[in-house]
Amino acid sequence: MGVTVHLPGLLRADAGGAAHLPVDVGPPAVLRDVLDTLVAEHPGLDRRIRDEQGRLRRYVNVFVNTDECRALGGLDTPVPEGADIRVLPSVAGG
Amino acid sequence: MAYSLVIGTRKGLFTASGENRRDWRMTGPHRLDSADHASMSAVYAVGIDPHTGRVLAGAESSHFGPSVWYSDDGGASWHEPESAPIVFPEDTDASLTRVWQFAFGDTPGTVYAGVEPHALFRSTDGGLSFELVRALWDHPHRADWFPGAGGGAVHTVLPGVVGVGERSPEAMTVAMSTGGVYQTRDGGTSWAPANRGISAGFLPEEEPEYGQCVHKVALAADGSMYAQNHHGVYRSDRPAEEGWRAVEKGLPVDFGFAMVAHPHRPGTALNFPVISQEVHLPPDHRLGVYRTEDAGERWSPAVEGLPEEPYFGIVLRDAACTDGAEAPGFYFGTRTGDVYAADDGGPWHRVAAHLPDVLCVRAVEV
Repeated sequence: MGVTVHLPGLLRADAGGAAHLPVDVGPPAVLRDVLDTLVAEHPGLDRRIRDEQGRLRRYVNVFVNTDECRALGGLDTPVPEGADIRVLPSVAGG
Repeated sequence: MAYSLVIGTRKGLFTASGENRRDWRMTGPHRLDSADHASMSAVYAVGIDPHTGRVLAGAESSHFGPSVWYSDDGGASWHEPESAPIVFPEDTDASLTRVWQFAFGDTPGTVYAGVEPHALFRSTDGGLSFELVRALWDHPHRADWFPGAGGGAVHTVLPGVVGVGERSPEAMTVAMSTGGVYQTRDGGTSWAPANRGISAGFLPEEEPEYGQCVHKVALAADGSMYAQNHHGVYRSDRPAEEGWRAVEKGLPVDFGFAMVAHPHRPGTALNFPVISQEVHLPPDHRLGVYRTEDAGERWSPAVEGLPEEPYFGIVLRDAACTDGAEAPGFYFGTRTGDVYAADDGGPWHRVAAHLPDVLCVRAVEV
């Protein structure tokens, strides 16, 4: 099945400049599967989004359609066909 | 002669160069990567490889995590290794928070990184990839090491040395906050604490074997060491055998972060006093450097050229250094964004002003 990953401007250099990336996974698939497939194609993205233990970085939010994944099942959140996966820096930094 | 200075700040990396230590050309903040993370990256560690001139920068984005960048052309261009250069093995369940220190071995290509959480990594390819030094990670004391206010890290790495007269590729001294000083004489296979004499007022024991919050250890030319502790300034010829002796008498306060030893004269060192763990301001609200020339028996202000008006920026633990030249220079930066340089024993000259908080400086004669 196909989903689309949307990247913030700061991460597009790690994906060849792309803002929107179609990803084929599953079905069924969870968010981890989507990220694993995405970073297999664009390995530079992985260290930005997840630490070396595969955990989402604290100030990176990943939305499955309109819900931030931590409010669902985290990286185990089921991903429906055609989902929009948005990676966004959280309100932090400085 | 010419000199090159690398400055890591809370907001990016700067460099300066000059034909003397008075007049400088500043560049930066450097664009470390095409997405320009430099504008948001805190650079906590920089190192200049004495074998190759490669500059390493340990930087971190508050959102997208830490990494290591390097430049082989004096900072004109920067590169990040294709794979994340410093990663904790899966079984540790740990992840890199930040790099606190780079140090270089006698063997070309050997680079050490002291990191948070408390760990030491070793590279044999000039800093493109690193491997965890297992024995220190697996040390039975680990459960008792806890983070100080700045985080829990190995922040001092001194390859090849454990004291006067003991120089060997198998030897190394590290220091951590908290945890204290540890040494190996077998290439990192085993590590022993070397903290006798150093106080730890935040622990119940008067002289614990380990657990101290050593802020910085500075290596002197003969292998002796100076330590700025979390309250207390110390010196030792051979920490493991003889312990440490207090040398803070004559300093305005016993707290601070940075310490720099003269690269050729073992009795000479610089200290950068800071008021107490709660205050973190310069004594008397004046930017002050203190210098000893008799191994800490006496300290004298070395403030010529520094501002005389009230000043509130302190010097952090890696924000002071020497370039190690035959006629050496000394350098430091402050949390209020000023950087100073001086010839040995000479007046300070301002290299830069109004930078972001200076976290680290490294200098070299080129």
